[in-house]
Amino acid sequence: MAFPEPKPRGPELPQKRLKTLDCGQRAVRAVRFNVDGNYCLTCGSDKTLKLWNPLRGTLLRTYSGHGYEVLDAAGSFDNSSLCSGGGDKAVVLWDVASGQVVRKFRGHAGKVNTVQFNEEATVILSGSIDSTIRCWDCRSRKPEPVQTLDEARDGISSVKVSDHEVLAGSVDGRVRRYDLRMGQLFSDYVGSPITCICFSRDGQCTLVSSLDSTLRLLDKDTGELLGEYTGHKNKEYKLDCCLSERDTHVVSCSEDGKVFFWDLVEGALALALPIGPGVVQSLTYHPTEPCLLTAMGGSIQCWREETYEAEGAPG
Amino acid sequence: MAALDSDSDEDLVSYGTGLEPLEEGERPKKPIPLQDQTVRDEKGRYKRFHGAFSGGFSAGYFNTVGSKEGWTPSSFVSSRQNRADKSVLGPEDFMDEEDLSEFGIAPKSIVTTDDFASKTKDRIREKARQLAAATAPIPGATLLDDLITPAKLSVGFELLRKMGWKEGQGIGPRVKRRPRRQKPDPGVKIYGCALPPGGSEGSEDEDDDYLPENVTFAPKDVTPVDFTPKDNVHGLAYKGLDPHQALFGTSGEHFNLFSGGPEETGDLLGDIGVNKGRKLGISGQAFGVGALEEEDDDIYATETLSKYDTVLKDEEPGDGLYGWTAPRQYKSQKESEKDLRYVGKILDGFSLASKPLSSKKIYPPELPRDYRPVHYFRPVVAATSENSHLLQVLSESAGKPTNDPGTRSRHQLNACKRGELLGETPIQGAPTSVLEFLSQKDKERLKEVKQATDLKAAQLRARSLAQSASGSRPQPLSPDVGHCSWHMALSGGMASTRTSNFKPFAKDPEKQKRYEEFLANMKRGQKDALERCLDPGMTEWERGRERDEFARAALLYASSHSTLSSRFTHAQEEDNSEQVEVPRDQENDVSDKQSAVKMKMFGKLTRDTFEWHPDKLLCKRFNVPDPYPDSTLVGLPRVKRDKYSVFNFLTIPETASSPVTQASSEKVPQHRASDKSRKPSRWDTSKEEKKEDSISEFLSLARSKVGPAKPEPSPLVNKEEARATESVSNKVVNKDVDSQTEGEGSRPSMDLFKAIFASSSDEKSSSSEDEQGDSEDDQEGTREADFKSSQETHLVEASSVAQASEPAPQEPAPFFPIQKMQIDEREAFGPRLPPVFCPNARQKLEAPLKEKHKKNKEKHKTKKEHRRKKEKKKKHRKHKHKGKQKNKKSEKSSSSESTDSSDSQSEEGPTDLSPQELLRRLKRLPLRRQ
Repeated sequence: MAFPEPKPRGPELPQKRLKTLDCGQRAVRAVRFNVDGNYCLTCGSDKTLKLWNPLRGTLLRTYSGHGYEVLDAAGSFDNSSLCSGGGDKAVVLWDVASGQVVRKFRGHAGKVNTVQFNEEATVILSGSIDSTIRCWDCRSRKPEPVQTLDEARDGISSVKVSDHEVLAGSVDGRVRRYDLRMGQLFSDYVGSPITCICFSRDGQCTLVSSLDSTLRLLDKDTGELLGEYTGHKNKEYKLDCCLSERDTHVVSCSEDGKVFFWDLVEGALALALPIGPGVVQSLTYHPTEPCLLTAMGGSIQCWREETYEAEGAPG
Repeated sequence: MAALDSDSDEDLVSYGTGLEPLEEGERPKKPIPLQDQTVRDEKGRYKRFHGAFSGGFSAGYFNTVGSKEGWTPSSFVSSRQNRADKSVLGPEDFMDEEDLSEFGIAPKSIVTTDDFASKTKDRIREKARQLAAATAPIPGATLLDDLITPAKLSVGFELLRKMGWKEGQGIGPRVKRRPRRQKPDPGVKIYGCALPPGGSEGSEDEDDDYLPENVTFAPKDVTPVDFTPKDNVHGLAYKGLDPHQALFGTSGEHFNLFSGGPEETGDLLGDIGVNKGRKLGISGQAFGVGALEEEDDDIYATETLSKYDTVLKDEEPGDGLYGWTAPRQYKSQKESEKDLRYVGKILDGFSLASKPLSSKKIYPPELPRDYRPVHYFRPVVAATSENSHLLQVLSESAGKPTNDPGTRSRHQLNACKRGELLGETPIQGAPTSVLEFLSQKDKERLKEVKQATDLKAAQLRARSLAQSASGSRPQPLSPDVGHCSWHMALSGGMASTRTSNFKPFAKDPEKQKRYEEFLANMKRGQKDALERCLDPGMTEWERGRERDEFARAALLYASSHSTLSSRFTHAQEEDNSEQVEVPRDQENDVSDKQSAVKMKMFGKLTRDTFEWHPDKLLCKRFNVPDPYPDSTLVGLPRVKRDKYSVFNFLTIPETASSPVTQASSEKVPQHRASDKSRKPSRWDTSKEEKKEDSISEFLSLARSKVGPAKPEPSPLVNKEEARATESVSNKVVNKDVDSQTEGEGSRPSMDLFKAIFASSSDEKSSSSEDEQGDSEDDQEGTREADFKSSQETHLVEASSVAQASEPAPQEPAPFFPIQKMQIDEREAFGPRLPPVFCPNARQKLEAPLKEKHKKNKEKHKTKKEHRRKKEKKKKHRKHKHKGKQKNKKSEKSSSSESTDSSDSQSEEGPTDLSPQELLRRLKRLPLRRQ
């Protein structure tokens, strides 16, 4: 007997505030889930990087060693190392367990806006306002980057890495995708300075947010516009955007203190989640569950779907 | 019954072996229990039986390998000392004895393999092999193969045999008579007198006479055509030394029916060989048998007549006449004849040519009548005015036309120039002249200039022709035309050359003087410049020559000089445009792209695709095969530009426009417009109309910095700041306008400013103490009345700098990073980071801040007076300073100075504010945001 498949639940949006963590590191410049979504990193403007369990609200470790504020961080696929970049123009590779600085890559001429590991955490890619992306080799002791991608005409605001691609958004209004396998560079003109880019989870699309308060979903291969999402406010600050865990929704920070959810296909505004009175600086979406972390001011908020009940420890 | 009984013993049939009769008194043997019924191998080891699904046979010792302990890895033995006897382990080393036995997987005993299994003699293959052996580089190498004859017959052979086929026969129905008899061998063509019919045939008929009429013959065996490709380096049809023939001197009919195969392909078919064998009537050899020869049964053999030449030139080659390594006999006639007898399949629609193609003969060219087959050298004489007569004589003696312009000044041109004149592409290599350092684009421009001048010259040629036609002076036509064209062509180029620093005739001062005079005349626009400056004492020919030389030199040197000089005046622009050449591909149709974006037509219109070479190591790290494994290039191909330095992004508004606009402004004036239209969409997002690039950039930057970035300045401050901004920006605007009106040609290049100011701006960005301090001082002057505590920032800043190096203690840490951060903020470009706004941290912060502030206040009060004095001094200095800095400001049109001023005016952070003020603003911040 073939039972009909249980109808997949409609995607739930995280709108229940589960927790608010005061990070105690001045402004939280970025909040990032780790690879499996159990932990998160917060980049503080007090030069520290903190590792949290966002659900329990426990601080696991503080990583200090940056010279200026930390602007972005990323965890490796095996959770063994972290990388971060900051206003001190340095890219730092951390050992998670010991909290020690493993490597410090210097070479950027300006502050580092964004860092990413590659799939195997052998290379760190860092984008800086000096308009370069530098690929740092974690394996060798070479102080120089393996390669410098200096095609951008203005600062790099966001970099994402897939298994064979490097996606970079720049303030010059272009999304550049370096395809290592094909050996080609695809440059899509968006016009407005790009604040954040990301791949869709199926790797077919790129989501581009730019300073004209618009998010655009572009077909990765052709550069065609698949969807446009407006309604939020993003005119001056570098704010994050992402896709929900099942690519059903487009999520973006806004300068009016909300997080906006759009239906990916229809482009309709699904939810404007009020976070607080300030600017939502950063957000990160859980890789598998409808769980959202937002950063506003000096604290981060954890959001789950309405039906979520915390198992285990209350609160 | 009795009979039956007696027979019963014999008649009974017994099956199996009977049990041994029990002996008396012996207990019957106990049957061996099942567990004791074991099977052992020859060494007494237990054997285990495996089912078909559990492994088949047992390997070794209880399923272990070889020993009871199982497989033990051999201990490491260094091969350092005994490299020589390092033995390579084969699979046999890992096998059990059973495997090596007769029925194992690798039997050691000698077993006939299939290859050597007996086959009956395959004659055809043998023949083919012999043929191959004969043509092989080492003849007779297959002898061993012959000795070892496989004794196995293939199924086909056996089937054929059963059908009555015998070896050596062909396949097919038997024929009544020998086909050879029916038709004479077409391969033999008889020339000359025909032999008497009885002669040769008679001898052949000897065999045939024995044949009865009713006997049928099998068709002749056919040797497969050998299609082995020629893979050696011998000449065509080279045949190695045939041991049989070399040793025995004959073609060895006894050895093979086939005569060793130097014959043409027809012989490979074997019928001739067979013929020979049959023809053999006369046997025996003329000179007996040598000591080395074992063959003695042919001593008395008689020779057939067919072995002797009966016709000229119809000899079958390969009979030893030409030596074994000699090439085959050349038989052109026969070959051509053979063409007519083409044996292969003729394609439909084609027929054989009846006549062979007649070969064309190429005759050597006819020599001119006065050709002397001896070369003699003429003395080389430098072409100067003194020896021009000599030159003329020489050139006349050489038979060259005297008024050939190319040859006269030939010796004054080097190879490059000659090549240039000839229109050759310059030889790549070490560049010999500055011209070769020019980029392709410049060369194109140069070419354009040349073309333009050529065009001009061509237009003028007609006019000059008319002039010369009506002219009174008898002048050779061509120089005049040339001169006129030169003249006109030069007049353009000369205008740009200030003074000719080139002395093409430096060796000859007089000539150089004349040349300079000529140039001067030319510059004045005199048409007869050449005629005037020429030496009247010279002959007509000399004049003509010099005219040509001058004209050429003027064009060459002047044009190159002018292009060079023009290049050097605009060096920076050119360089810049060159350097951003590839990126300009991205930028070039930004306007198109913008409109495409506006129309939301993303896709092809907005996409650029470039070839991009990832680093090899990067590919390796990404586990991706290198897309360009052969190239050593990294990044975009043909990118030759400086990587962005600190300076470049420090000058934000400039970076956006300067390299591109400067580059494109010369070529694409409307590009500026597109740039302009692009600007508003940049991150500054000011709504102001943009008038001038840099000004508007600066203004918008300043405004945007003042506007939204400022959390909540008090209105008074706002005004003050706005005024300050205005004043500063006005100055800058004025300066900018000045510099704009000055024009591009006179504006010094960016590099200059970089060279001058780069270090200072670097310092600023890194240490950010001196100049910022100054500018802050400046600002403070305006704000002093409002913020009494503003001076403290100096100390705060100083202390923050001082404390930056130490690990910040817990309490003051949150305070100082702000200072640092704000300093840092000044170099922030692109989308900014949101302001530090911590509603939660506010309460926490307040207390320590206040305390701190109080402390600070107390401290600073004492210093206040001192400070003020200092500031006044500073202001004075500052004004002077400003004057100096204006240049920089205007020229850089925004860079760090503008950010400084705008930043300090906008008061984005609490750098110059008291903590209370900061907090006050912070509290108001959300209201403003929403």
